[in-house]
Amino acid sequence: MNLIFEIAWTHVRSRVRQTGFAVAGVATGVGFSIMMASLMEGSQNDFTQRLVDTLAHITVSDERRSPPPQPAEKFFASAEIHGLTPQARRPGIKNPLATMAALEAWLPGEVGPSVRVPGIIRYASQDVAVNIVGIDPNREPKISDLPKQMRGATVNALFRATNAIIIGDALSSRIGARIGANITVQTSEGARINAQVVGFFHSGVRSLDERTAYVLIKTAQILSKQTGLINELRIRLRDPLAARDIAMRIENETGYKSVSWQEANEDLLSSFIIRNMIVYAVVGAILLVASFGTYNIIATITHEKARDIAIMKSLGLSEFTVRAIFVVEALIIGLIGGLFGFLLGYLLCRGLGVIRIKSPFIDSDRLPLAYSYLHYLLAAGVALASSAVAGYWPARKAARVHPVDIIRGAT
Amino acid sequence: MSAEAGTASRTSLIEARNVTRILPGIVPTTLVQDIDLSIRENEFVAITGPSGSGKSSLLYLLGLLDLPTSGEVLIRGRATAHMEEEERAFIRLSLLGFVFQFHFLLPEFTILDNVMLPMRALARIPVPTMRRRARELLGSLGLADHVDKRPDQLSGGQRQRVAVARALANEPPIILADEPTGSLDSKASEQVFQVLRELVDSEGKTVVAVTHDLGLAGRMDRRIELLDGRVVSDQKLQRATAAG
Repeated sequence: MNLIFEIAWTHVRSRVRQTGFAVAGVATGVGFSIMMASLMEGSQNDFTQRLVDTLAHITVSDERRSPPPQPAEKFFASAEIHGLTPQARRPGIKNPLATMAALEAWLPGEVGPSVRVPGIIRYASQDVAVNIVGIDPNREPKISDLPKQMRGATVNALFRATNAIIIGDALSSRIGARIGANITVQTSEGARINAQVVGFFHSGVRSLDERTAYVLIKTAQILSKQTGLINELRIRLRDPLAARDIAMRIENETGYKSVSWQEANEDLLSSFIIRNMIVYAVVGAILLVASFGTYNIIATITHEKARDIAIMKSLGLSEFTVRAIFVVEALIIGLIGGLFGFLLGYLLCRGLGVIRIKSPFIDSDRLPLAYSYLHYLLAAGVALASSAVAGYWPARKAARVHPVDIIRGAT
Repeated sequence: MSAEAGTASRTSLIEARNVTRILPGIVPTTLVQDIDLSIRENEFVAITGPSGSGKSSLLYLLGLLDLPTSGEVLIRGRATAHMEEEERAFIRLSLLGFVFQFHFLLPEFTILDNVMLPMRALARIPVPTMRRRARELLGSLGLADHVDKRPDQLSGGQRQRVAVARALANEPPIILADEPTGSLDSKASEQVFQVLRELVDSEGKTVVAVTHDLGLAGRMDRRIELLDGRVVSDQKLQRATAAG
C-alpha cells in the first residue's frame, strides 16, 4: 500500500503545474461551497432566530381545528340535512386560569394569557386593519421578546394612560402616529375607543410591525365586548425546537388549537428547503466541474505513463495495484485541493463578514454567516468522492492496458 | 507417451504445448504456430530468427505476458491458460524476471527504488531487507556508486544492468530477456551478456534470451531457431566459447 502511495505521490509531484491547476480547481470548488453553505445557514439561522424570538413558541387559541358539527348531524348520520351551520360556541378559553395551572404543572417553559381581537385603527383619515393583542405587561418579559423590542418606552407604559396602546414602528410611520397621538380603535363587535400611543416596538418581521398593536388585557376585553375573556395562551419554551411536539400534547390535553412557531411559519420553513436544494445543486455543480479537472489530469498522467504502466504490469504488479495508484493520485489532488479549499473558504467567509450591506430583510448591516465544521467536512467529502470517481475511470482504463501491446510498440 | 510427457513437465521449468497465437483483426496475423518446447532448469537458451519470425511473441507467451490462442503454457508443470489475470501476474512477480530491449525503468524513481519495485509489490520481506538486498544486487552488477541516481543519469549499458538487477529482485528461477543487448554497443552488450552467463553458471538460473545477434546466440547453451512462427531447429551447443 505504501508502494502505491509512493508511486502516486511521485507522479503527482513531478507535474507541479498540471497538478496545481487540478488542485486549484478543487480548492475553488471547496472554498466557494463552504462560503455558500456558511452564508446560507447563517441567513437561515438569523431568520429563524428572529421568528423564534418574535413569536410565541406556541399559541393556544380558543379555536378548534375543525368546527364541531351540530348534534343533529351526529344523530342522523345517514340522513342528509341541508343548511346547517356549525354549532356556535361562546368564544374564549374556558376557565383559563385552571387551564394555565394545568399546563404550568408540566410545561418546560412559561405561559401567559392574552386576548386577541381583530380591529381597525383609524388615524388621520387612514384605516388599517390590525390584530389587537391584550397583554399583561408584568408577565410579558417571561413569554415574549416584546419588552426587548420596545423603542422609546417600556411595556409598562401601557399602565400610564387610559386605553394606552403600543403599535409597531412600521405601522406608526405608515399612519404617521407619534407617541402621544390619539387614535381610534374599532372592532367588528362594534366597540370603539380612543387610545393613546405610548410606545413603538420593532420586531424585524414586517407583517408584525405593520399589523399588530398591544393593549392591556382589560382594554382588549372591552374591545371584544366580553368581560373576562381570554382567547389565547402564549407559551415560551426553554427549548424552541421542542415546540411541535409540545403543541401536539397541549392540543390533545385541552382540545384547543395549539400552533407551534414551526407550524405558523411552515411556508417560510419549506422555502428554506427549496433554497437549500438550489444551493446544494450549485455547490454540486461547482464540485463537479472541479472533478472534470481532476479527471483531465489523471487521464493525462495515465496516457503519459502508458509505458510505465505496461512495465509495472509485466513485472507482475496486479491490475488492482495499478488502478489504485491512479485513484490515489486523484485522491491526493482532492485532498490537497480540499485543504486549500478550507483556507479559501475560511478567508472568503471572513471577507464577507467585513462587507457592510443594507438589506430590507435583515436589521444588522453585516451578512449573517454561520461557521460550522460540518460545512468543511461536507465540501471536502464531496470533493474527495468526486475526485475518486474522476480518477477511477482513467485508472481503470489504464490498468486494463495489455503490456505486450505497448512493449511490442516500443521495440 | 503420456508417462513421458508427465515426467517432462515435472523436470521442465517452462513448457509450451502446441502453442499458437493469432492476432485477431480483419486479416488475422499468425504470430507463432504449433510451438512445442520444454525449457529445463539451468539452461541458457537463445531464441533466434529473422525479424517477424515470432521470437518476441514466443517469449511473451512463455512469460505469461500474452495468452495463446490455442495450446497451453505450463510453468513448473502448472497449466496457466485458465488462470485469472491476477494469478498470472503473481507468477510473473515471483517466478519470472523480465529484461527488455529498452530498459523500461521508471524515470522518476532512483535506481534503488526501481530495483526494489518488484520486491515491494511482492512484499515478502521487510523493507530494510529489501533495500539491503537491492544494494547487494546492484553492487554485484558493478552499479554500487549509482544507487541514488535516476535512470537518465546512466549509460545504456548501465541502465540495462539495472533492468537485470530488477529482474532478479525477487530471486526468480527464470529470466526472460527480449533483445537485452539490442540497443547497446558491443562493449556494453558484452557486459550484459556476461552478467546473464554468470547467472546461469554460478547461480543456477534459467535464462531465455531472444536475440538476432548470432554471435551471442552461439555462445549460449541451446539455440531455438524460428521461422514464420514455427520452430525450425532446436540444438544443444558446445561450450567451446566459454573459455575464450
